[in-house]
Amino acid sequence: MDPIAPGTSILRHALATRIWHWINAVAVVVLLGSGLGISNAHPRLYWGRYGANFDHAWAQLPRFPAWITIPANYNLAISRRWHLLFALVFAFGLLGYMIVSLINRHFARKLALRRADVNLAHLAEDVRDHLNLRFHDADDPGAYNSLQKWSYILVLFLALPLMILTGLALSPGMDAAWPWLLDLFGGRQSARSLHFVAATLIGGFIVVHVALVILAGAGNELRAMITGKWKVPEA
Amino acid sequence: MILPRRSLLTAGAGLLLAGCDKVAAIPQARKILFAGEDMHRGLQRALMDRGALAPEFTREQMSPIFRANGTRDPGTPDYAAMVADQFAGYRLKVGGLVDRPLALSLDQLASMPSRSQITRHDCVEGWSAIGQWQGPMLGTVLKAAGMRNTARYIVFTCADLYNGQPYYESIDTIDAFHPQTILALKMNGARLTVAHGAPVRLRVERQLGYKHAKYVTGIDAVASLATIGKGKGGYWEDNVDYDWYAGI
Repeated sequence: MDPIAPGTSILRHALATRIWHWINAVAVVVLLGSGLGISNAHPRLYWGRYGANFDHAWAQLPRFPAWITIPANYNLAISRRWHLLFALVFAFGLLGYMIVSLINRHFARKLALRRADVNLAHLAEDVRDHLNLRFHDADDPGAYNSLQKWSYILVLFLALPLMILTGLALSPGMDAAWPWLLDLFGGRQSARSLHFVAATLIGGFIVVHVALVILAGAGNELRAMITGKWKVPEA
Repeated sequence: MILPRRSLLTAGAGLLLAGCDKVAAIPQARKILFAGEDMHRGLQRALMDRGALAPEFTREQMSPIFRANGTRDPGTPDYAAMVADQFAGYRLKVGGLVDRPLALSLDQLASMPSRSQITRHDCVEGWSAIGQWQGPMLGTVLKAAGMRNTARYIVFTCADLYNGQPYYESIDTIDAFHPQTILALKMNGARLTVAHGAPVRLRVERQLGYKHAKYVTGIDAVASLATIGKGKGGYWEDNVDYDWYAGI
């Protein structure tokens, strides 16, 4: 295959990917902001089936300031209203995206790991390329690089589903409906701790993701995620 | 070029967060925001057997110390008098849409078939504690009073005051007749302490802690919650926007 000339416009992201990306972006920001508001109600994390003030907490979180919480003034009830409504947007959005991505072969075409993606020498080279701000393979510029694939795979198939399942385990109603949730996570307080750990990982992913979008050329990347069209940059 | 874009993105997220407060103040948006509760209740009820039990635990899994929250002592003269005579004069009034209004003493409640369960109490704030509760099933009491089939909700009136008014809560008849919904007289094998809601505390195990009304003195079967308090079914629901359905 001939290398695609820099400056060529190619279709980078399918419509379903773009729609889900922006719905999810809003949902995740609302979930993180309202989640920090909920955290302020009891900022202690425990392992096991129970945990309250007298029990051993493995983490004591700081009080999150008003500028980063939803709502800005501490209000547990309203934080929960935002959190639980957007939890539905987030969970059903992810479910819909996953179904569509299996049907339109988005996962198979973009995220399937090839031999090079599991080769340590290649991954090390990919790290060096990232440090030198080279993100694209000149031969196949539309493809995700190995680190990109791994981060998307871990977030999509591990962190996001973990958020949903640990969130469900926090609901006393769901614990009656699906008691296996508690067995899976080793108790409600363990599930709550894992919910916070996964949220932290997703927060970290967003920071790196946004930083890389900016470094890779925010205009081009944003246009690609809005219209689908992406201009092949100079290698 | 990079820095302005970065600050633009950060400002965007900040505006979104601040915007949420403005959105929540618009009545129509508030309606959508609050509709999440009904969606979750609908989904849970669709997924769940109506009789599905909340998980029960072993003695070894119980919390060494069970935190008492909310009112720890109603502190009113009426309640203090009941404590002084060890609740000998206590009567649980059962009324509303029933054929036989009742006034049950503690001995009468204790003589009804009872259920003992070791369950987890989940506070809306995030902490949990596991304890053992024992007492008659609420369904038994409602049947004894001849609850009419026009009743859709059960309202609990309590001895503790909030803003000068007795605390109140409510559940629907699905949860009221659930086998784990009991009027607990005992906790961890002993009579309820004042801090945990003596002499009678509701346990409605598939919902969060604020639904488990302490110091229950009255039970009323009603067709609608519209005339109870400000119409949303409970003190916290009416005054600070808590969900009425607290299974989430």
